[in-house]
Amino acid sequence: MSWETVIGLEVHAQLSTQSKIFSRSSTRFGAAPNTQASVVDMALPGTLPVMNHGAVERAICFGLAVGARVAERSIFARKNYFYPDLPKNYQISQFEHPIVIGGQLKFLLDDQEHVIRLTRAHLEEDAGKSLHEHFTGPHGESSSGIDLNRAGTPLLEIVSEPEMRSAAQAVAYARALHALVVWLGICDGNMQEGSFRVDANVSVRPRGQAEFGTRCEIKNLNSFRFLERAILHEARRQIELIEDGGTVIQETRLYDAELDETRSMRSKEDAHDYRYFPDPDLPPLVLSPEWIAAVRATMPELPASRQARFQAEFGLGAYDAAQLTMHRSTADYFESCAAGLPAGQAKQAANWILGELGAALNRADIGIAESPVPPDALAGLIRRITDGTISNKLAREVFTAMWSGECNGRADDIIAARGLQQITDSGAIETLVDQVLEAHPQIIEEYRAGKDKAFNSLVGQVMKAARGKANPQQVNTLLRQKLGG
Amino acid sequence: MALTEQDITRLAQLASLQMDRASLAQAQTDFTRILGLIETLQSVDTTGIEPMAHPLEARQSVTLRLQKDIPEPPHTQAALDACLRNAPAAHDGLFLVPTVIE
Amino acid sequence: MTLPTQYPSIASLGKALRERRISALELATDALQAARNGADPHLFLHIDDDLTRAQARAADALLERGNAGPLTGIPIAHKDLFVTRGWRTTAASRMLADYVSPFDATVVERLEQAGTVSLGKLSCDEFAMGSGNENSAFGALQNPHDPERIPGGSSGGSAAAVAAGLVLGATGTDSGGSVRQPAAYCGVSGIKPTYGTVSRHGVIAYASSLDQAGVLAHSAADLVPLLDTMSGFDERDSTSLESCDGVANAPGRIAAAHDAWRHQFSQAGRQPLAGLRIGVPQEFFGSGLAAEVADAVEAALQVFEALGALRVDISLPLTRLAIPAYYVIAPAEASSNLARFDGVHFGYRAPHYQDLADMIRRSRSEALGPEVRKRILVGTYVLSHGYYDAYYLQAQRVRRMVANDYQQALDEACDIIMGPVTPGVARRRGDHDDDPIADWLGDIYTLGANLVGLPALSIPCGRGGPAARLPIGLQIIGRHFDEGRLLALADCFQQHTDWHQYTPRQTS
Repeated sequence: MSWETVIGLEVHAQLSTQSKIFSRSSTRFGAAPNTQASVVDMALPGTLPVMNHGAVERAICFGLAVGARVAERSIFARKNYFYPDLPKNYQISQFEHPIVIGGQLKFLLDDQEHVIRLTRAHLEEDAGKSLHEHFTGPHGESSSGIDLNRAGTPLLEIVSEPEMRSAAQAVAYARALHALVVWLGICDGNMQEGSFRVDANVSVRPRGQAEFGTRCEIKNLNSFRFLERAILHEARRQIELIEDGGTVIQETRLYDAELDETRSMRSKEDAHDYRYFPDPDLPPLVLSPEWIAAVRATMPELPASRQARFQAEFGLGAYDAAQLTMHRSTADYFESCAAGLPAGQAKQAANWILGELGAALNRADIGIAESPVPPDALAGLIRRITDGTISNKLAREVFTAMWSGECNGRADDIIAARGLQQITDSGAIETLVDQVLEAHPQIIEEYRAGKDKAFNSLVGQVMKAARGKANPQQVNTLLRQKLGG
Repeated sequence: MALTEQDITRLAQLASLQMDRASLAQAQTDFTRILGLIETLQSVDTTGIEPMAHPLEARQSVTLRLQKDIPEPPHTQAALDACLRNAPAAHDGLFLVPTVIE
Repeated sequence: MTLPTQYPSIASLGKALRERRISALELATDALQAARNGADPHLFLHIDDDLTRAQARAADALLERGNAGPLTGIPIAHKDLFVTRGWRTTAASRMLADYVSPFDATVVERLEQAGTVSLGKLSCDEFAMGSGNENSAFGALQNPHDPERIPGGSSGGSAAAVAAGLVLGATGTDSGGSVRQPAAYCGVSGIKPTYGTVSRHGVIAYASSLDQAGVLAHSAADLVPLLDTMSGFDERDSTSLESCDGVANAPGRIAAAHDAWRHQFSQAGRQPLAGLRIGVPQEFFGSGLAAEVADAVEAALQVFEALGALRVDISLPLTRLAIPAYYVIAPAEASSNLARFDGVHFGYRAPHYQDLADMIRRSRSEALGPEVRKRILVGTYVLSHGYYDAYYLQAQRVRRMVANDYQQALDEACDIIMGPVTPGVARRRGDHDDDPIADWLGDIYTLGANLVGLPALSIPCGRGGPAARLPIGLQIIGRHFDEGRLLALADCFQQHTDWHQYTPRQTS
């Protein structure tokens, strides 16, 4: 029996607003418990929600970026269920009339382009957090502590159509979605802090069957690795279950990373009846076409089109262009750097950013936005290579000095201070060549005997004598001349 | 129109209410009377009529107002204390509840 | 009367205070004593002498400086549904028996800023659910005109406190008639403004799309400064109106409109109300209406006619169906609004439980009263899967039809609508205990104004019952934002009649 896995993903992205979706509390991570939970967040009697402009704007931005329809009128609805992290015992969400409808996401997997359609995206509020450390309650019972700092953080729930057919594809989709929301600046993407959480709906069916099998939802996966493993495990579990004669029960499951398995969530009751109804405290959200147009106008250029532009305008290859457009800060850095270079030199900038700079950033564990070498400085360094002032090899030394702030990070000053200027004076080079030839008669012998390697050795000796600063082409030409042939 | 004991029990479960035998029986009786009343709504022909969620929406456009994304400072200790003073059980700024095992 | 009888109105008492014939502190001290020793021990749910005296001293400071407004030093009290710092807020429920809010309701803030002196928190039906103030967890209330009878509800405490002469104003809330009905039963004046006029920030929510804060006092003239001060756009409430028909919702609006109408009436000689068309809905005078109420309302209509108004017969055919529509929508919203009362973050937590879910169930079941639990179950039912469309959506459709009917009447046929508030006078306490919907049926005339958000008030217009001791109310319903005219008309009526001056006999 050949099986097909069917996957749909629901992603909860915390929006990067400064305050919460329905209250003025700060959304900053890491504050002392309940210090960022206002009376509204605590659902104290008499409190009412007031909608955050920034949350709506970010939702509009997302909708436009995925080519979805941004609903001019959407409704907030109450999703009613009891949970201690949910102080009102209902969550304000959107049900029948979400703010974003449809859309799609394109991404590469194994060099092939995939397109996954989105069903919708809607705004809702996040719940608080339970800390299951060993607190003791008033009767000595084992207790959990509830921190409502997170309660009310704006979430954008992004729902895909169940069009994914492999764990790898699902992960690629999730990564692409993650990159997009970070690129747009609407979500900080910090998965450790819970800014981007993935629920996977997984089912299996015999290949060729039209109907979907019964699906299970795996909740709150906060790493791409766990996402992949959870899907693989769950698909296997379902297949084994069916092949053994059992039936898959629709339920919610959690992924246990330590045991690498999914298990049923005991506390959730079967078939929740959420009794959705429009929240009477919140009139309909109506968006003016002017506002949507204004958001569209100020949206950053999207990664795909920026990548294409890099290829067309700067002559970059697809791989480099893709790498440079993975993060908006990298793309910005590149363009800034390329602006300081003559036409046709952009490839150098790409090489340096993806090579030396990238490595240095990794070692220091910082982002490109924190690079101590700004893009115009890097451009300056590259110009000194192309104008022959220094060799590529020495440029790396200069770069390291720039990185640590030597001479205020100015390439020219470092070159002068360290005397790294390339020697181009033919007389000086000739002197060095003569010196080396005189000092190494045996290598000349070997060269005459037909060993080409001996030539390189002589070049090396000249460069060594020149402390790396001789212009290699000139050394080459002179040596050949002197060796007569 | 009558609700069974099972129906009421399910409603109570959704509403996190506890019902003993007596209150279940009473609820059933009450519901028969109440449903008799609200069933009369079915007699109204509402074809083509949109539900009205907000009392003034038939009169003027009622839309959601948005507030600026400006955070307020975190609670001072005094403010946090005022919020937590009503908590049945609290510790180190956290609300305490019996542990839920997931 | 316990407040100085020579100052029966806010205007006269205010004048005495400003002329320093009496101080706010003296007044408050006497009022506190009267409140503590009042005939009904369950009337006030929380009195705090220090808090009241502090407000009185602040008022006196303003009065000394000549910085007083019309309400400075005036004794009032708040229905215990408005959250207050300082005083407890219980919603008349065991669930909140010890609850102290860290913030004040907007209504409380505004009245305090205007210099009023609060005597404390008044009993009501638990979480505003009830029509007789028998659903308070802290003792059923008496009607000051007859202690065997209910004062009405859910703002029964507010009406009784005004009727008993303990305060000159009391805040209330009206979701289905809960200001107007107790006003009628207790012989005081009470108004529910247009939905969205007064902020719901700090009002413990019962039925969000129906709740509106209102106020009760001895007369329409007294209601004006109180309501005007309470009203106005509040950004903390997303259902608060910024404007209606282009008119800004701001303090001062109602007082100005009232003054303008009063002026217009005073200019028009012997027929001040000439040109006014009073719509009288035929469905308000059906078989359920007690004869004595019909007679009192008829007599009131004749007073208006004598002043030049024209009576117009109108029809509000869905009047009876407002009852099931309301009793689907209100419990539905309430079931959700009251879900937060679970003993987790605040409120009553059961002393014994097995686990979290059990704790929540027990806390709610032990601390919420039977009427509240009943409505929560009804609300849960009508929202549940499979029933939502047939009940909740159907009720909201009927709601729109009711709105269309009122709109048509007020747009085309009449300027305001008048009729009874209640089918009869106040009933005896305990009378309806067996029938779960008996009290609900009594809301028939008042529910429409809540479903449609129209302003409506109740003023005394007669007496009935044994020995004709029990007050009867006249309801006046207006167009959206027409509070000024309603109050001016009510004031006009009160200048030509004295029903509003009838006070309960002093009980020993």
